[in-house]
Amino acid sequence: MATRYDRAITVFSPDGHLFQVEYAQEAVKKGSTAVGIRGLDIVVLGVEKKSVAKLQEERTVRKICALDDHVCMAFAGLTADARIVINRARVECQSHKLTVEDPVTVEYITRYIATLKQRYTQSNGRRPFGISALIVGFDDDGSPRLYQTDPSGTYHSWKANAIGRNAKAVREFLEKNYKEEAIATDRETIKLAVRALLEVVQSGGKNIELAIIRRNQPLQIFSAKDIESQVAEIEKEKEESEKKKKKSI
Amino acid sequence: AGRIQLLHGTTTLAFKFRHGVVVATDSRASSGSYISTLQFNKVIEINPYLLGTMSGSAADCQYWERLLAKHCRLYALRNNERISVSAASKLLANMLGEYRGMGLSVGSMICGWDKKGPGLYYVDDNGTRLSGPMFSTGSGNTYAYGVLDSGYRPDLTVEEAYALGRRAIAYATHRDAYSGGVVNMYHMKEDGWIRVGRTDVSDLLHAYTEAKQ
Repeated sequence: MATRYDRAITVFSPDGHLFQVEYAQEAVKKGSTAVGIRGLDIVVLGVEKKSVAKLQEERTVRKICALDDHVCMAFAGLTADARIVINRARVECQSHKLTVEDPVTVEYITRYIATLKQRYTQSNGRRPFGISALIVGFDDDGSPRLYQTDPSGTYHSWKANAIGRNAKAVREFLEKNYKEEAIATDRETIKLAVRALLEVVQSGGKNIELAIIRRNQPLQIFSAKDIESQVAEIEKEKEESEKKKKKSI
Repeated sequence: AGRIQLLHGTTTLAFKFRHGVVVATDSRASSGSYISTLQFNKVIEINPYLLGTMSGSAADCQYWERLLAKHCRLYALRNNERISVSAASKLLANMLGEYRGMGLSVGSMICGWDKKGPGLYYVDDNGTRLSGPMFSTGSGNTYAYGVLDSGYRPDLTVEEAYALGRRAIAYATHRDAYSGGVVNMYHMKEDGWIRVGRTDVSDLLHAYTEAKQ
C-alpha cells in the first residue's frame, strides 16, 4: 500500500528515498554529455550534440543557452523540462536587475534554479524536473564561476564538472588533467574542454557544441568550423606526443 | 473632520561631500498646532551602513522603514553580502508604490555607503525615487535649501560640513513653526555611520546671533 504509493509521487519511501527524484536523476544520466570548465579569465561549456536527422534544421535546438549577458547554462536530461527552467531563470535575471539595480551573481541564479527544482520535489501532483544544469558566468567583481544543479535541488560550485551519460568518464579525465598549466590561458582551457568531450563523443567535432564567456563579454558560441579547427589542433598535438614517445623508446 | 496627523512638520536634510554623507534632522513631532513630541528621532538606523530619514506621517515612516530594515537583514543573510543603497531604496519605493493613492505620507532619504561608494536616494509616497548629491524634505525644506545652497562646496571639511548641516536645520526651525527641538546629526563614512550629536536649536541660533555682533 504505502510502498507502492511513493513511486508515483514524491513522498518518502520507508527507507528514506525519494524515488521520483532518483528516477529523475536516471533520466539525466540518459541525456547527452555536457562539460563545464572554469578558467582564470574564461568559462567554457561543451555539449555532446546528438546527430541531426537529414531533414532537420541544424540549429533549432541549442543545448547551451544564455540566461543574461554574463551568465549561461547547459543541461543534460529532458529538453522540454530544461526549456521551462531556462525561461523562469531568464525572467528572474531581469526581475533581479529591476528590483536591485544590479545583475545577478552566478550563485544567486543557481540558488534560484535549485530552489525552483526543490519546490517540485515537495509539491502535490508534480514531478521533479528531469535535468541537471551547468551554470557558468562571471560575477560583478570579475570572478569566474561554475555551478552544477541536479533534480533534487542541491547545488555546488565546481572547478570543472560533467553531467549526462558518460559523465563519470569525463569527470575522471578532468580530475587527471585539470591542472594550473591546463587552464593557464583561454586557449588551453578551451582545448581542455574539447579534449574532455572527445573522450566520450563518437566521430569528433561534428557532434560537439562549444561556447565560452570571457570576462565582460557576452556568450560566444563556436561555429562548426572553429570547433573543427580546435579538434584538428588537438589531434595534431596527440600525434606529435605519440611520435615523441616512439622516438624515446 | 480632524484627523490627527503626526510629524507633518519637519525639516530633514542630507548631502554628499568629499568625506561621505551628512544627515541632519530636527526633532519636533506636531499634531496640528500641538507639539506632541519635543525630541523625536527622525533617523532610523537600518544597519551600520544604512540610514533612513523620516518626514510626513510618523506612523507611516516608522512602519515602512522598520519593514525595510527587516528586508535588508534578510537580503544580507540570503546573499552573504550587505544590500546596496540603490537596492534598499528601490525596495522601499516599490513597497510604497503599491499603496499609491491610498493616503500614505512618507518622504524619506535612504543614505549609505556600499561597493559603489556613498549613496543618497530620496524616496516618497508618490513613488518618486531619485539619486542625488543633496536633498531636503519636510515643511521646512525650502528654508534649509537656502542655507545649504549658499554654503555648500563638495570639498568641505568634516567640521565645515557639520556646521553647515546644523545651520540649515536651525534656520529652518527659526522660520517653520512645525520644525524645532534639537538638530540630530549623523555622518556616513566608508566604514559606517557615526552619530555626531544632538544640539538644541535655540542654543545654535543664539550662538549665530552673537557671532554676528
